[in-house]
Amino acid sequence: MTAATDRKRKATADAVSASIRSGGPNWKPLAFQGLLLVLLLTSMLILVALLADIAVSAWPTFQSRGLSFVTSGLSLNPETAGVFTGIVGSLVIAGIVIILAFPIGVAAAVYLEEYAPDNRWTRFVDTTVRNLAGVPSIVYGLLGLAIFVPLVRNIGLGGSTSGKNVVAAGITMAALVLPIVVITAAEAIRAVPSSIREAGFGVGATQWEVIRSHVLPSALPGILTGTVLTLARALGETAPLLVIGVATGYFAPAGNATMFDQLTGSYTALPVIVFSWTRQTQAEFADTLAPAAIIVLLVVLFILNGVAIWLRNRTEKKW
Amino acid sequence: MDSMARALTPKDLSGDPRRRRRESTVKFLFFTAGLVSIALSVLIIVSLAGEAWSFISQVELSSLWTIGWFPRRGLYDIPTLLIATIIIAGIGMLIAIPLGLGAAAYLAEYASPRMRKWLKPTLEMLAGIPSVVLGFWALSFISPEVVQRLFSTAKPFTMMAAGIAVGVLITPLIATVSEDAMRAVPTPLREASYGLGANQSTTVRKVVFPAALSGVVASLILALSRAIGETMIVFMAAGAVGGALRTWNPLQPGQTMTAAIASLATGSDQVAGEGLAFQSLFFVGLLLFLLTLALNSMSNRIVRRFREQYT
Repeated sequence: MTAATDRKRKATADAVSASIRSGGPNWKPLAFQGLLLVLLLTSMLILVALLADIAVSAWPTFQSRGLSFVTSGLSLNPETAGVFTGIVGSLVIAGIVIILAFPIGVAAAVYLEEYAPDNRWTRFVDTTVRNLAGVPSIVYGLLGLAIFVPLVRNIGLGGSTSGKNVVAAGITMAALVLPIVVITAAEAIRAVPSSIREAGFGVGATQWEVIRSHVLPSALPGILTGTVLTLARALGETAPLLVIGVATGYFAPAGNATMFDQLTGSYTALPVIVFSWTRQTQAEFADTLAPAAIIVLLVVLFILNGVAIWLRNRTEKKW
Repeated sequence: MDSMARALTPKDLSGDPRRRRRESTVKFLFFTAGLVSIALSVLIIVSLAGEAWSFISQVELSSLWTIGWFPRRGLYDIPTLLIATIIIAGIGMLIAIPLGLGAAAYLAEYASPRMRKWLKPTLEMLAGIPSVVLGFWALSFISPEVVQRLFSTAKPFTMMAAGIAVGVLITPLIATVSEDAMRAVPTPLREASYGLGANQSTTVRKVVFPAALSGVVASLILALSRAIGETMIVFMAAGAVGGALRTWNPLQPGQTMTAAIASLATGSDQVAGEGLAFQSLFFVGLLLFLLTLALNSMSNRIVRRFREQYT
């Protein structure tokens, strides 16, 4: 009887082992691992090829122009054209995004994490935010065209562009990144342990006092990191700006115009310059100036990412 | 000391009324901020649907099914845009699925911690590259150096070049989200597999991958939605700026839903505030919005179910 059971057991073990091993020879697992490594390295190689190709094309521009490429504005002449106008536009847009999206987004996250009861309404708001984060950026461009451009015109900031200016662009970008700010801030707030809050309540603090003096300071590193990364995303977006009437050709920069005229006149942004130079008929713009503008854009994004990592490492708390 | 003698009422315990007023003001402000995202959604739907409706009610229905998408000539062939969207997103997925899943599996299961520490941020950096950069690269490198070498008949602007660049764009998304899903598979499952005598490759293929499948599928749907919503690459590299003929040939220029919007909005004769062409923008935008909304909520639902499984 024991022999029969043993035989049965052995047969079962063999069957299990054979089915799990798929009965293959030993080189198969190695080949599989090799295949995965090749796929991973291919992804990396594409990144290297992309950066190398663009850097090589951009090199002559930086070699002959140096920093004057960064400090000179738009021009029809490829010898003197620079990205300064785009940098200014991008900075103003980033400023408006910080002013609008950051406070509203963090406040919404505080509401969702600290105040909102766990009911249908809260889940609805939560789902809405998640869905908004997945809406293609060009749809936000349409939103800007239909709502924000007329809004800017109606509040008297239309200027010579009748609303198709950097103010409308900033509001549109703020709407675009708002859901992402809410999601990252909510994650940072959720990571604050509830014992921190309970300590505050225990000494008689009200909810707002606990949020202000305990929750927000503890969540700040996460919130800041998320905000900086969000800003990087806003700086790289091009499509919504095209829809709401960013200038894709040459325009005379408002040299000594008033602050109001500069804010409400034609504008461009760093990624938009890459796009419009690619479409120029003069070959120099597409062949050497556009890659140089890409390098400037990537350097800006790289610095922002570096700031985010630095913030995270410097202020990270372990609970 | 008279008040000490009196019995305490709830009013005494409820604290300083000014402090309570401040509490409710602050709470109301936070609540309003939460409402902003609801308002945004409503604004998106209202602005898209309003113009889309006036487009649909004015357009001749026969011009929605013709030879191609030429809005300035009154030809609004919706299938042209859908086919181009399918072709470009399809090519992108064909490239991104093997690269992304392979990278994810290697990073999650084989890479040493040190290797992972370097490779994962690099992948995330690739994810942060703006799409306008990939659009430029598709035009200046992928089209002449890859597509035109493989297919000598290809023109400079092809849906193939745009599709490849879209694949490069979504690869890191698939890789990072799938890697998270694979790492979330509990170690005991792997140990059980090793305990039965399985080797690592069998464990990855037959234990880890099936266990992470819902997360992996969610990442793929998310990537598909991103590919469908991608504008700049297609707009710059797939050509057909004035309009496009209906074609299934990826070596031809083409216009996706997103590129059609961008191209109409930046055309040389900028679309004025009135007219059917202007309204068609919003109709296409509404289609795009609904399509990506359906994909994203599907992906969110899968992720939520997946999260409940192991925690």
